[in-house]
Amino acid sequence: METKAFQKIYTKITQITKATCSLKATGIGYEEMAIVHGRLAQVVKIMGEDVTLQIFSGTEGIPTNAEVVFLGRPPVLKVGEELSGRFFDAYGDPIDGRPAIEGEERQIGGPSVNPVRRKQPSEFIPTGIAGIDLNNALVTGQKIPFFADPDQPYNEIMAMVALRADADKIILGGMGLTNDDYLYYKNVFENAGALDRIISFVNTTENPPVERILVPDMALTAAEYFAVDKKQKVLVLLTDMTLYADALSIVSNRMDQIPSKDSMPGSLYSDLAKIYEKAVQFPDGGSITIIAVTTLSGGDITHAIPDNTGYITEGQLFLRKDTDIGKVVVDPFRSLSRLKQLVIGSKTRPDHPQVMNAAIRLYADAANAKTKQENGFDLTDYDERTLNFAKDYSNKLLAIDVNVEVDQMLETTWNLFGEHFSQVEVGIKQEFVDKHWPTENSSEV
Amino acid sequence: MEKINKMTKGTVAGIIANLVFVEVDGPVQQNEICYIDLEGTKLMAEVIKVNGTQAYVQVFESTRGLKVNHTVEFTGHMLEVTLGPGILSKNYDGLQNDLDKMDGVFLKRGEHTNPLEDDKKWEYKPIAKVGDVLEAGGWIGEVKENWMPHKIMVPFKFEGKYTVKSVTKAGEYTIHDTMAVVTDEKGKEINLTMIQKWPVKLAVKAYKEKPRPFKLLETGVRVIDTLNPIAEGGTGFIPGPFGTGKTVLQHALSKQAEADMIIVAACGERANEVVEIFTEFPELDDPRTGRKLMERTTIIANTSNMPVAAREASVYTAMTLGEYYRAMGLKVLLLADSTSRWAQALREMSNRMEELPGQDAFPMDLPAIISNFYSRAGFTYLNNGESGSITFIGTVSPAGGNLKEPVTESTKKAARCFYALSQQRADSKRYPAIDALESYSKYAEYPELQDYFRKNIDPDWPEKIALARDILIRSREVSEQINILGDDGVPVEYHNRFWKGEVIDFVICQQDAFDEVDRSASLDRQKYMLNRVLDIYHTNFSFESFEDVGTYFKRMINSMKQMNYAVYESDKYHDSEKELNSIIEERKTA
Repeated sequence: METKAFQKIYTKITQITKATCSLKATGIGYEEMAIVHGRLAQVVKIMGEDVTLQIFSGTEGIPTNAEVVFLGRPPVLKVGEELSGRFFDAYGDPIDGRPAIEGEERQIGGPSVNPVRRKQPSEFIPTGIAGIDLNNALVTGQKIPFFADPDQPYNEIMAMVALRADADKIILGGMGLTNDDYLYYKNVFENAGALDRIISFVNTTENPPVERILVPDMALTAAEYFAVDKKQKVLVLLTDMTLYADALSIVSNRMDQIPSKDSMPGSLYSDLAKIYEKAVQFPDGGSITIIAVTTLSGGDITHAIPDNTGYITEGQLFLRKDTDIGKVVVDPFRSLSRLKQLVIGSKTRPDHPQVMNAAIRLYADAANAKTKQENGFDLTDYDERTLNFAKDYSNKLLAIDVNVEVDQMLETTWNLFGEHFSQVEVGIKQEFVDKHWPTENSSEV
Repeated sequence: MEKINKMTKGTVAGIIANLVFVEVDGPVQQNEICYIDLEGTKLMAEVIKVNGTQAYVQVFESTRGLKVNHTVEFTGHMLEVTLGPGILSKNYDGLQNDLDKMDGVFLKRGEHTNPLEDDKKWEYKPIAKVGDVLEAGGWIGEVKENWMPHKIMVPFKFEGKYTVKSVTKAGEYTIHDTMAVVTDEKGKEINLTMIQKWPVKLAVKAYKEKPRPFKLLETGVRVIDTLNPIAEGGTGFIPGPFGTGKTVLQHALSKQAEADMIIVAACGERANEVVEIFTEFPELDDPRTGRKLMERTTIIANTSNMPVAAREASVYTAMTLGEYYRAMGLKVLLLADSTSRWAQALREMSNRMEELPGQDAFPMDLPAIISNFYSRAGFTYLNNGESGSITFIGTVSPAGGNLKEPVTESTKKAARCFYALSQQRADSKRYPAIDALESYSKYAEYPELQDYFRKNIDPDWPEKIALARDILIRSREVSEQINILGDDGVPVEYHNRFWKGEVIDFVICQQDAFDEVDRSASLDRQKYMLNRVLDIYHTNFSFESFEDVGTYFKRMINSMKQMNYAVYESDKYHDSEKELNSIIEERKTA
């Protein structure tokens, strides 16, 4: 970021804290950007002539006579088709060794969409993963996080979803990614030959944590450009939102704000909502869909970060290691896509909702049978069959390495029904049973 | 309300997020509205504290780019809404801007749109006659708003008595035309139009008295109407962790409840949920009138990404609109989703003002603010002898699903019905996930309401409800024992007792909000069904082993569910009932 020649240079800092510094200045706009000692900063408080700046990369080594230049504008991103295939840092500067892009400057963190200008989401996004497509179908304009423990392969799954999903642009917002994960994403995207539709804004663990705060806004400003101006279907991946929230708590702590639950800032809900609510379906076809990752500590979803997230997002996806089959599955009980009703059975086969519910019910019966078994009670024949069904169901459908079309998922489920249960036990509307119940020779899955 | 002659002006002295400090040159009042001029864009703000010549204002929009020394103009009044015909079917933001009138896809800062239509002609019929003496809220005439008679009233702000001097004759007029001329006690003439303004933070008191609620408000939801009834003019709240169906339940209430007008305040919640109302309500039929649901609905949408400060305003705006329609003698149902977001907005501001925090950093006066707000609902007798009511149901989103958090606790003290949504029920897909036993309705204990039940539903209704609850409690106790001791470790009678409770759970408590028929049950139907399940409870069945019990009751439940799914008293309904009767005969003992 270059400075302009005639700009006023301030050289007298009156106060320095771990994250902020203050000086006397006039004519400064709220949220204006500045450069302090070569580092980017933003105005967070103005009291008369006293202006407080938040230094994104921290204040280590900043002297009281440091040069301060105000840029006269809030944070911006240059947008244009050229964004495609590029990697940027949290400030929107390239990190792939290629030149900065030319384009129109857009303010990041812009205004919200007027709710009456939205359209009800109605387009199904297939991912090939049955735990998602079959049980928790995603819809364009939806916002949904993976609630995952840090040891689960959520970055791999996000990359997989990104590549399989039918989207015009995929925008990755990486916050606190380890360098290894960053390189993983880069490799996967390159190897898939999909780079031209992918844009990445990355803050790695090597970068200062506070910088992360800019990443979602950068990614979503780019997303709005493609969704609004170009009417494209945009998929935004945000990983990891817990680290984003942690950065918020660092800032609020250093600004002496009173923490609320779990030492998070009192504004956490609004801060997260501002990001997630950028997910939208426009009437003219453009859309922004957000898939995020919120890492949990020890699976605790009552912690302020997952808790607030759950109230904002349209469902959540849980990953679980199924020890019976030794694979990671999308947990059918705890996962929920709130918008699935808008597409299943209408954009997919009409038997989809009933098949989904029946399978989950039988899977739940299996869970009960398992508890019984563990408690030393005798199993009935039905219990035994549900257990066998559950194992097959996990293996052939829930496991995240399964990649098939929805119709095939439904066929597979019908075959499992036929293999393990009677029609009465499955309890699906007769017209669907007549149409799809496997005949003797097709019961081999 | 005193007029301040010279409007006070000020300049911006400091900015922290949406809290702005303004140096003022004259008098300001607490909660006064002012506009900050950001290089031509007028940002609306409200005074929340005054210290010497410095006013602390909360800005309802983003303060990005705001500078010290920007000028501020004070308006001399608090946040007001405009009341008049044209409010029905509108989509407003929290400050009563008409969202449909705004340009472009994105909300623009400083854009304020007219809540009503200046030019639209309304068909007017006078009610008052020359010489009538009226008070604030007195009816002078009415216009047809959609299908509803919309009363034109003496403005709520008027104090004392007014004599009608002349009344405009029937015809078509705009909201700004004079509909009547009245003289006050000193003989001063005042022209009345169809519109008036009212500050949202003050309760409208233009009614004669507010008795204890004594009538049932039918919602069509069995677990509410039968087991935990809410009274017309009552208050209730629905706390529940995310994913337990708060919003689905509120939408169901807004579709089915037996009210003349519905106001939905989407306060700090998901935009797509509001879009669902926008999309569906203009299409859905109001079962009571055959009109479209949107015709009786007004939506206040201040979704979670819209300015935080306006969230607080949005619930007050909604309540004030409700009070306006109540004064017309209408039955208003006000739904707010969710009041927790409003409390969080208060917390954010209290925090910026560096006030000493209460529990979980919420402001100390949170319980007072909440109970004050809930107290604005109620059944009222108007000065002209008619009655009107506001029934208010708010949702609460308890942090971490913990019902001991401050917003839930404070609301529990203020609201008289408590509809607890249980995570466990939601997990096992028992919807609506209202835990019938955890939930309560204080109204069910009101002698007024019990009389109403005995007279209008069934002479033994209160006893029957109590029995149904007892059966559920016993069933739950037994189910815990079965879980500990195992199916064969308890007497068969235990299974029998457990399943009799399950019958009530499946047939009364559970209801399919997405099914055309089942989603709303008439009171008649609810009465019939409760009698049926109680008959089953009183019937003795014989079983050889515990394995038979569950299978047998499941068959009964299934045929009763088919009854719930069938149109009341249709052939299908009677067929299912016949099936039920024959199942009962199989194992019935004397």
